[in-house]
Amino acid sequence: MSESKMRRYHAHVWEEPIIMQMGSEGERGIAIPITEKEIRETVGSAQSYIPAGMSRRRAAALPQISQPHVLRHYLRLSQQTLGMALNIDIGMGTCTMKYSPQVNEELVRLPQFTDLHPFQDEDTVQGILQIMYEFSRMMCEISGMDEFTFQPGGGAHGIYTNACMIRKYHALNGELNQRDEIISTIFSHPADAACPATAGFKVVSLYPDPETGLPGLEALKAAVSKRTAGLMITNPEDTGIFNPMIDEFVDIVHEAGGLCAYDQANSNALFGIARAKDAGFDMCHFNIHKAFSSPHGCMGPACGAVGTRKELADYLPVPIVTFDGARYHLDYNRKNSIGKVRCFFGNVETILRAYAWVIGMGPDGLREVSETSIINTNYMIKKILSVRGVTMAYPKQTTRLDQVRFSLETLREDTGVTTNDVARRMIDFGVQEYFTSHHPWIVPEPFLPEPCDTYSKEDIDYWVEVIRHVCEEAYRNPETVKTAPHNHAIAKINIRDLDDPDKYAMTWRAYMRKSKSRGGKQR
Amino acid sequence: MESIHEKEQEQGREAEIGQQPTTIRRKLGLIVNPIAGMGGSVGLKGTDGIDTLRKAIQLGATPTAPRRAVEALRELSPLRDSIELVTYPHDMGEEECKECGFNPVVIGYVERGKTSAADTKRAAEEMLLREVDLLLFTGGDGTARNIHEAVGQRLPVIGVPAGVKIHSSVFAINPRTAGQLAIAYLRGEVRLREAEVMDVDEEAFRQDRVSARLHGYLKIPYDAQLVQSVKVGSALDEDESMQAIAWEIVESMRDECLYIIGPGTTAKAVMKALHLEYTLLGVDVVQKKRLIVKDANEARLLELIEDGEAKIIVSVIGGQGYVFGRGNQQISSRVIRKVGKDNIVIVATESKMAALKGMPLLVDTGDREVDEMLKGYCRVVTGYRRSAVYRIA
Repeated sequence: MSESKMRRYHAHVWEEPIIMQMGSEGERGIAIPITEKEIRETVGSAQSYIPAGMSRRRAAALPQISQPHVLRHYLRLSQQTLGMALNIDIGMGTCTMKYSPQVNEELVRLPQFTDLHPFQDEDTVQGILQIMYEFSRMMCEISGMDEFTFQPGGGAHGIYTNACMIRKYHALNGELNQRDEIISTIFSHPADAACPATAGFKVVSLYPDPETGLPGLEALKAAVSKRTAGLMITNPEDTGIFNPMIDEFVDIVHEAGGLCAYDQANSNALFGIARAKDAGFDMCHFNIHKAFSSPHGCMGPACGAVGTRKELADYLPVPIVTFDGARYHLDYNRKNSIGKVRCFFGNVETILRAYAWVIGMGPDGLREVSETSIINTNYMIKKILSVRGVTMAYPKQTTRLDQVRFSLETLREDTGVTTNDVARRMIDFGVQEYFTSHHPWIVPEPFLPEPCDTYSKEDIDYWVEVIRHVCEEAYRNPETVKTAPHNHAIAKINIRDLDDPDKYAMTWRAYMRKSKSRGGKQR
Repeated sequence: MESIHEKEQEQGREAEIGQQPTTIRRKLGLIVNPIAGMGGSVGLKGTDGIDTLRKAIQLGATPTAPRRAVEALRELSPLRDSIELVTYPHDMGEEECKECGFNPVVIGYVERGKTSAADTKRAAEEMLLREVDLLLFTGGDGTARNIHEAVGQRLPVIGVPAGVKIHSSVFAINPRTAGQLAIAYLRGEVRLREAEVMDVDEEAFRQDRVSARLHGYLKIPYDAQLVQSVKVGSALDEDESMQAIAWEIVESMRDECLYIIGPGTTAKAVMKALHLEYTLLGVDVVQKKRLIVKDANEARLLELIEDGEAKIIVSVIGGQGYVFGRGNQQISSRVIRKVGKDNIVIVATESKMAALKGMPLLVDTGDREVDEMLKGYCRVVTGYRRSAVYRIA
């Protein structure tokens, strides 16, 4: 086994204040000149254009700060992060931290693209409509579905869109009052439960068999009834285990009168191998910002591509880009459409990047992406299982696809070091902390790496060596691991406060209010 | 009008958290029941009662509890200089502390080799008076009962498992984990929750009849990280989860139906949500959101369900996943048979489900036919508009 040398890492520590605490009264980034007399007399003051009802009585509490200070502030903050492009980001299972080719960033910065406006007439944007249409054709081939929308701004948004279509379908059939339950599994992404709940459904979860890690057919049969509206499920689940009975699951739910939606956020190991349509699904969604290389955003700048069978294509959000053989159109004429789920057409830049990526890969290249991803996962499993204190959940399932769920229960029992401790200590060796897993922790002390096609053998070796190093250290010197990180911009924080309503603050105003009511010092 | 800048400054919390002083607790009580577990090694199913102990010793039993206590204490050695240990003489704690290099404050008086349940109780009461922050005790279900009788919920405790019977969920999974949990609590890193104190009647147990009872709840530190990670979302805590379950039940209530509410905190959250009086360890009956009978016995239940529709709301009791036959014997096989399988509503929080580690739910009504009827997949209400399909075996 190769021995990767531990890298010495140390982050910038700037102790940077919050921008609301910076600057001073009257400080400005740009000194805007006073309007010339003649102009002012001709058009009036700027304020006179604001309707009285929309005018603020008190000025907004915005920071007042000069340009160099703003620049310095944000550059420092960026130095304090350990971003995807800076490190070996294998730890973020379910996220597919894939390299985003830089050339595609050039593409989305071309003025031919950035100068487009969503209000333009479709005759003047034929080029981008062609790209959107052709990309939807590619997605149809990849999934077997018949039509796609790219309007949802992220994965959960795509799942929500599917839940809304299921709701509309039953409403139009006059069965919505009766069909109020969506079935999911506890190892599906939690959004497969949260989204239908948001859409008004009750959620029934199936638990995994303790041996196979998979939900059982018998459990599903016990779950379906005349109240079943549908199945929303991930496969492979968030354990990396593929459910080989998935087509039977779909059949059982169809027989009960429900629709089946496939959460394909974990699709990186399925290109050219398995398709939603072939398992009988009615609809699916992909995360264009994961498997299709467009960068991740946070809650918005991404794309949850939703595809359906042609029988349900009428339910998709409008507009859909269509092609009549000569021209591309924005088709708003879908009589059962759930309406819009987002302004305009979605985040078109993610589509442009993904289009370029798929063209670059071609069908064989896509299959190779999945094969590489599976080989990487299983190579990593082999290496990690030699680390003391680590076990794999559901060991009888020897092969995993895109990711794998391990457990540090043994390490914790032996040393008192938890998975959260290990995750934080990893940062000290220059890799981002890993993702433990979604809750509830059915697998105790979990971690969930996903060494997708981006990572080389050397990358995987180094990442595993960090795990090994930290676990061995846990046996030798648990306190060092428990008090980590030691070399990062921010040291260990008390996570208890993160979900304490009296302490957490999502806004500056909330922070001021809560620290004041606790008698804290206002800075 | 003023919400324009509200989306800014999520980072406020990070700076905030860095400044929070963590609670420092430094006074730890330790009680070892030195004879706990001795009956088990010689097949006696428990060591309650002086005759049983004598019998165990005759059969060659040796003490195991002191060794288990030492194992837990070793985990605490990093805090050796910063905490104060309060304990009882000899093998009730003093010797174990000294073996681990602690210099404990020894209180009370006992005669070595002649300790009893009364000593455990007295020790726990004295710990309470001495205002220890946390009580670590070594023993089994019988010991947990004694501690509960003495301190109730007035003092957080952690059980170091050493007894023959471990049905209560107040015990850590092993002595080391107990020690680690104690450290986490003393450092202010974990919260408290209520955990069941259960005990079987040893005499019946020796005759292979299990009749466990729920005796009450102790407050134990609870490592929420076992079931959830704060960073991955807005996981509810145990109280909120129970409340959500209660709302689901209350919302589905119909006037014509009688509701039999079983023992345990999860089921009783329904009573709390209805602002009704209840018996935590008993069975209460509700109709039209009003209390019909408090603490009903089997005969009364049978009388009430004679005609008309009824539903049974039951918690999963204890760590082993029992739905019937542990602590809710009033809801007998006859009651269950009359109410019908489809009218049983099982309630459990997601963390309770996770704690089952995939093991099935269990029933032991004393009536094989009814047990068989209950087996198979059932619905478990896990939250508001949330349920799970789970196996009863």
